[in-house]
Amino acid sequence: MKKDEVPQDPGALGKITKELCYATDSSGKYVAEQSTGWEVKSKALDVAWQDIQKRIAAAKQKVLKGEASPLLFFMEYRLMDTGILAGYTGFWQWQVKRHLKPGAFNTLSPKQLQKYADAFNVKVDDLKTMTVNEDGV
Amino acid sequence: MKMEFEHHQGAHCESGVTTNLLRKSSGGKITEPMAFGIGAGLFFAYIPFIKINNGPAIAFRTMPGDIFNRTCKSLGIPVFRKKFSSKEHAEKYLVDRLNDGTPVGCQVGVYYLPYFPREYRFHFNAHNIVVFEKVGDNFLVSDPIMETTTVLSNYELERVRFAKGALAPKGHIYYPAKNVDITDETIKKAIKSGIKKNVYNMLYIPGSFAGVAGIKRTGNKIKGWRDKLGLEKAGSYLAQMVRMQEEIGTGGGGFRYIYAAFLQEADAYLPGNQLRQISVTFTKAGDMWREAAVHAAGIYKGRLGSQDDFNKMGDYLLEIAEVEKNAFKTLKNIKWQ
Repeated sequence: MKKDEVPQDPGALGKITKELCYATDSSGKYVAEQSTGWEVKSKALDVAWQDIQKRIAAAKQKVLKGEASPLLFFMEYRLMDTGILAGYTGFWQWQVKRHLKPGAFNTLSPKQLQKYADAFNVKVDDLKTMTVNEDGV
Repeated sequence: MKMEFEHHQGAHCESGVTTNLLRKSSGGKITEPMAFGIGAGLFFAYIPFIKINNGPAIAFRTMPGDIFNRTCKSLGIPVFRKKFSSKEHAEKYLVDRLNDGTPVGCQVGVYYLPYFPREYRFHFNAHNIVVFEKVGDNFLVSDPIMETTTVLSNYELERVRFAKGALAPKGHIYYPAKNVDITDETIKKAIKSGIKKNVYNMLYIPGSFAGVAGIKRTGNKIKGWRDKLGLEKAGSYLAQMVRMQEEIGTGGGGFRYIYAAFLQEADAYLPGNQLRQISVTFTKAGDMWREAAVHAAGIYKGRLGSQDDFNKMGDYLLEIAEVEKNAFKTLKNIKWQ
């Protein structure tokens, strides 16, 4: 890539910082050049987030239909899998999997619910109503 | 304690941290491309059975930690590293080092990293930063991705140092020994050993998932993605590949440009070995990866989608595999002058 071909498209990162690319100058020598972003990859990032939004919406439907506990919704919302959630809560993975079922979720003690609320950065009340706090992260 | 630490922006977090930590002892000679090359950073791996964000794991660089370790080892610099089960011990150890005047590298997760834009926050736990000073309850941080230094509160730093999930950092802290003399002779030896290791990783690593064989295998697999996964999922997989290839931390072209820059700089230490010429081939490989990314974008944007388009996508990777195979064979056959 030549220095004057380093893309300068708007990107999500561009708001915070420019990123460094390596490119060749007119004599063929490598120099570090800043870039604000590249349309091809910001579109790739969009695709990733669209997929996540779809999974969140599907999880919400499952919870509303009583097929899963609200934990599934928050797991998708926080991009977690059972391994990550087990790590943040201190539960075993098999316990997390069990708590994903509405029946088991409804028997959780306040203390256990608090662990999940902390992991998702929400209040216990919001946990049950699937309310998300946008300032959370 | 106020210490001399210079923050320089890098393209990639680990080679950037390595460069920033070694700047003083190397007198600035270990630039980011040098750290990346000596650390044998270039790689390719496609591991379909490990899922990252519900897509296949694709890597264009070596395992996290390898670049810092190899660079220091090749330059004869002892490395100190520690992981913790207790957050209190982790903090105390960090503060003690800072009080000694030692800037330290920390492995962190990016999901809760407050200065990152939300769009970039995934549960990726192998990011690297330097912590170089404590001011009140805050820590001054040099993140190579950022143009300037940043500040993290005690709580924020603890949260990212103890992020959970795959590759959980467990407070991982590392730093090179001070006052080690890095001579040009050492650098020459380190360059040769870095190239040798990278030749092995790309040409001879066992199995068909990694190295040049991995690129070829992925190219062939992609041709079947349309039928096997459906257009939408195939598009998501390609988007994942482009992100791993081009996103922050790669320097563009799946790290191929950083590697080309390394060979150019290495040429100054070891002239007469055609390194400058071979560097041009890696620039070409980087350009080809980017061309492939543009084609992939056509697919995930919905502009392209026929079987012919997927065949062409796969062919891009097969061509790249050929170019990189020849480039590494040329590196392998160097009779060092």
